[in-house]
Amino acid sequence: MAVRRLHPLQAGGFAFSDENLRWAKETIAKYPEGKQASAIIPLLWRAQEQEGGWLPEPALRAVADMLGMAHIRAMEIATFYTMFQLQPVGSKAHVQVCGTTPCMLCGSESLIELCKTRIAPTQHTLSEDGAFSWEEVECLGCCANAPMVQIGKDVYEDLTPDLFEKVLDGFAAGKPPKPGSQTGRTASAPKGKLTSLKESVTAGGKS
Amino acid sequence: MSRQLIIDGTLVDVDDDETLMHACEKVGAEIPRFCYHERLSIAGNCRMCLVEVDGSPKPIASCAMMVGDLPPNRDGSPKAVSTQSELVKKAREGVMEFLLINHPLDCPICDQGGECDLQDQAMAFGVGGSRFGENKRAVEDKHIGPLIKTVMTRCIHCTRCVRYMTEVAGIEELGLIGRGEDAEITTYLEKGILSEMSANAVDLCPVGALTHKPWAHNARPWELTKTESIDVMDALGSAIRVDSRGKEVMRVLPRNNDAVNEEWISDKTRHVVDGLKVQRLDRPYVRKDGALVAVEWSEALATVADALKKAEPKKTGAIVGDLAGAEEMFALKQWLGGLGVDSIDCRQDGAILDPQFGRGSYLFNTTIQGIEEADAVVLVGCNPRLEAPVLNARLRKIWRSGAATIASIGEAVELGYDYDHLGGNPNVLAELAAGNNPFYDTLKNAERPMVIVGAGAVARSDGVGVASHAAQLADQLAGGKNPKWRVFNVLHSAASRVAGLDLGLVPSANDMDVSAMFKAASVGQLDVLYLLGADEIDTSKLGATFVIYQGSHGDRGAHRADVILPAAAYTEKSATYVNIEGRAQTTTQAVFPPGEAKEDWKIIRALSEATGKALAFDTLQEIRAKMYEVHPTLAALDQVQRASTDDVAVLAKQGGSVTSAPFMSGIQDFYFTNPIARASRIMAELSALRTAANTNRASSAA
Repeated sequence: MAVRRLHPLQAGGFAFSDENLRWAKETIAKYPEGKQASAIIPLLWRAQEQEGGWLPEPALRAVADMLGMAHIRAMEIATFYTMFQLQPVGSKAHVQVCGTTPCMLCGSESLIELCKTRIAPTQHTLSEDGAFSWEEVECLGCCANAPMVQIGKDVYEDLTPDLFEKVLDGFAAGKPPKPGSQTGRTASAPKGKLTSLKESVTAGGKS
Repeated sequence: MSRQLIIDGTLVDVDDDETLMHACEKVGAEIPRFCYHERLSIAGNCRMCLVEVDGSPKPIASCAMMVGDLPPNRDGSPKAVSTQSELVKKAREGVMEFLLINHPLDCPICDQGGECDLQDQAMAFGVGGSRFGENKRAVEDKHIGPLIKTVMTRCIHCTRCVRYMTEVAGIEELGLIGRGEDAEITTYLEKGILSEMSANAVDLCPVGALTHKPWAHNARPWELTKTESIDVMDALGSAIRVDSRGKEVMRVLPRNNDAVNEEWISDKTRHVVDGLKVQRLDRPYVRKDGALVAVEWSEALATVADALKKAEPKKTGAIVGDLAGAEEMFALKQWLGGLGVDSIDCRQDGAILDPQFGRGSYLFNTTIQGIEEADAVVLVGCNPRLEAPVLNARLRKIWRSGAATIASIGEAVELGYDYDHLGGNPNVLAELAAGNNPFYDTLKNAERPMVIVGAGAVARSDGVGVASHAAQLADQLAGGKNPKWRVFNVLHSAASRVAGLDLGLVPSANDMDVSAMFKAASVGQLDVLYLLGADEIDTSKLGATFVIYQGSHGDRGAHRADVILPAAAYTEKSATYVNIEGRAQTTTQAVFPPGEAKEDWKIIRALSEATGKALAFDTLQEIRAKMYEVHPTLAALDQVQRASTDDVAVLAKQGGSVTSAPFMSGIQDFYFTNPIARASRIMAELSALRTAANTNRASSAA
C-alpha cells in the first residue's frame, strides 16, 4: 500500500442521481436517529459506482454533508479503505491483481508483469487509451483458484498470462468473459479427478 | 462498585469505572503514555501504557482498560497487576523501538527538545539502540495555520491533536488519513485552522511534530526562567507560566487550574508576547508646542502636578483601562479622591454595572467550574467564543455531554456548538423575562439554569433595561430551585473590571462617568483627564482637555496625551486581578519594565507626593495591606468570594426599557482588544486571516 491522496485533477461538482438519492435516503434511514454517520461506507461506495469507479473530492463533501459529518471524517474513511479509488480508473476495466502469498506462489507476478506492459507501468495509472488501469491488492479469498484478478464485482481465476490476456481482450472488445475459473473447472473443484469424498454422503448414511 | 487490586504488591481499593492506569497511579506507579490525556477521550493507540495483569497472556493497555472489565480471579482473590515486571519492561522497550523506527533523529534541531515526551520516555523506558536498518519514512509537512509549525515526519500518530480540536476546540478540521505506515495527520485539503484556541494542540503534541511557529528556534526550555502568573487578555484570569530569558519574555504557556482554564489558554493569551517588545513607552514624555518630547521623570511629574493644581477637581476625570491591576486602581482612587476628584470610572466601554447594586449584580455567580453542572443556558448579547474562548470551551463541554440546552439572544454567530437562536435584540429578552418565549419553559424546568449577560449588552444606551430584564429572568428562574445555585452571570471581557467595581471606581450620580466626561470635553468643561491605560475610547473627541496617559504601550491614549507616564505591562509587575467569578489572583513579575518605565502604583505614589498629598504607603506590601483593610474580598487570593443572591433582585428592580437595536458583542476583532495585542505582529496576522476568511464566507454565502 502506498500513501493515498486525493487526485490533483477534480471534477466540478457531485450530486447523486435521482435513483441513487432515493436509495441513499433509504440507506440512511436504516440507522437509528443520531447514528446516520454509519451510512458513510455504503454511500461512498454508491458514489464511487455512479462516478465510474472512483471517488472525486466533491463526492466526499457531498456525502459528508448528507450525513452531517465533517469533511475530514469522510476523507479519513476514503483514504483508509483501499476499496475506494481516489483517482480515475479505466473506463472498461480496473484490474485488481491479488499479490498475496498463495497467488504469488502460483504466478501472480507474471500477471503483474503483463499489467505493466499492457496497461501502464505503474499502478493506479490509466492506460494510454484510458480504458484500463490496474493495482496490486491483498488476498481476495480465492486462494484455491490462484492466481486471480478482480475486475469490477467479478473475479477471474486460475489465470496464466495467456488466459489473463484473453480476459483483457474480452474487456477491450466490450465482451467480458464469463467470471470464475478460466480453465473451465467448476468453482474450486479439483483440477483433475476426485481424490477424496468420492461417494456422496447423506444424513442417513451412504446413499 | 469498588474492588481490590494488588498493584506492584500493594493492595488498593479502586472503583469499577476507573481506568487501570488511574488505579496504578494511585499506588504511585509511573505509567508512560503518549496518546492518553486526561481531558480528551481515550484512544489507546500508542500502546506505551502496557501493564501485566495476572491471568492475561498478553500485556494490557492500561489507559483503555476499565477496572470493572477485568475478569475476576476464580477464587475471588484480588487481581495482581504489575507495572514493573520483566514482561512490562520488555513490552515498553518493544513499543518504544517501534515508535522510534520512523522517528527522525533530529532532536538537535527540534524545538520540542528538552520538553519532549518521546525523548524523556525513550531515556526512561527505551533501549539504547535500534535494530532497524531500512530507510525511515518521510512525510510532507502540512499547512495547518499560522500558529502551528509542522514537521510531520516526527509524528507518532497519538491523535491527541485530532481529539483536542474535535472535542475541546470544536473545530472538526484535523484528521488522521491513510492507515498503517502511511497514516498522516492533516486538515481537509490543508485549509488552515481558524480557532481561537488552536495553539493548545501544540502543547498536547508529545513530540516535535507540532511546534509553535512564532517561537520557532527561539529558545531552549532549559535556558528559560519560569514564572507562574495570571493572564489579563480576557477577564477569566487564566493561569499561565511566563518563560523569560534575560529581560525578554519568550513565551507564555498555560498552567493547570481546574477551576478556571483547565489547561487551555487562548491563542491571544499565548502569542501576544511579541507585542510586549514593541511600541513600548520606555521614558516619560511631555507635549511641548504640539510635539511629544522625552523628559525626565521629575519634569513629567511636575507637569502633571501643575496641571492638576490648575484644574478644578469637578472638571477633572479619570478613566481606567482594561489591563489595570487592583493596586494602581486603589492608589488612583486614594490619590485623586484626596484631591477632591471623584469622577473616576473603570468602565471605559460605558457599561452600566455599578457596585451600588451589590457585588452579585456584576459577577459570574455560577462560577466557571459551576458551568459544568448547568443544564440550560441562555446567552444574552454575548459571544463567548470571542469574549472568553476558554469559557466557551466549557460551554461546549456541557453541550457535548448532552447535559445542557443552550440558547442565545444576540448575533447569530458560530460558537462551536449548536444553540437555539432566539432572536437578535433586547425585545426578545423582555419577552423571555415575561415568560412569553418557548425557551422560558426549558429554563424554568431546568434544575440548574444560567443566564449569561455579555459585557457588550450592558454597555448600551439601554444597558440598564437589558441588565434589569436579565436579572428579572434570573430571579424568576432561581425561585424554587436549590438556593445554592446561582443563575445570574455577567461575562466581562476586561481583566480589570471586576476589581475596579469591587474597589468602587465608579462615579456617584453627581460626578462624571465616561460619557459625561466626553460630553464635558466637547464643550470645554473637562480640564484634565487621567487615563490609566485606557485606550479603547475615542481620543479624538477630547477637545482641548489636558490628557495624562499612564500605560505601557504607545497606543491611542498615548498619541493624544499631553503627558505620558511609562508603566509596566502585566508580565513586569505584581498586581492583583479579580476574575469574572470574583476570584482575586496576582500576577508575578517575570521581567523588568523597559527603560525608565515603572510599576503603576509607584507612579501614582510619586504623583501623590508631587501634588502634595503623599499616599501613606511605600511598598507593595503596605499598599496591599491598606487595600485589604478596605476591601477584604481582595485579600482572599485564589478563592471565589461569592456574592449575596439579593443583589440580583436589586438589579432586577432597576427597571428601565429596552430598544430594538440588535445586540452586538463588545468584541468585534478578537485579536485587537488591547494595546499589547494591537502592538503584536502575530495578532495582526491572525486578524487579517480572520477578516479574509469572514469575507470569503460572506461572499460564498451571497
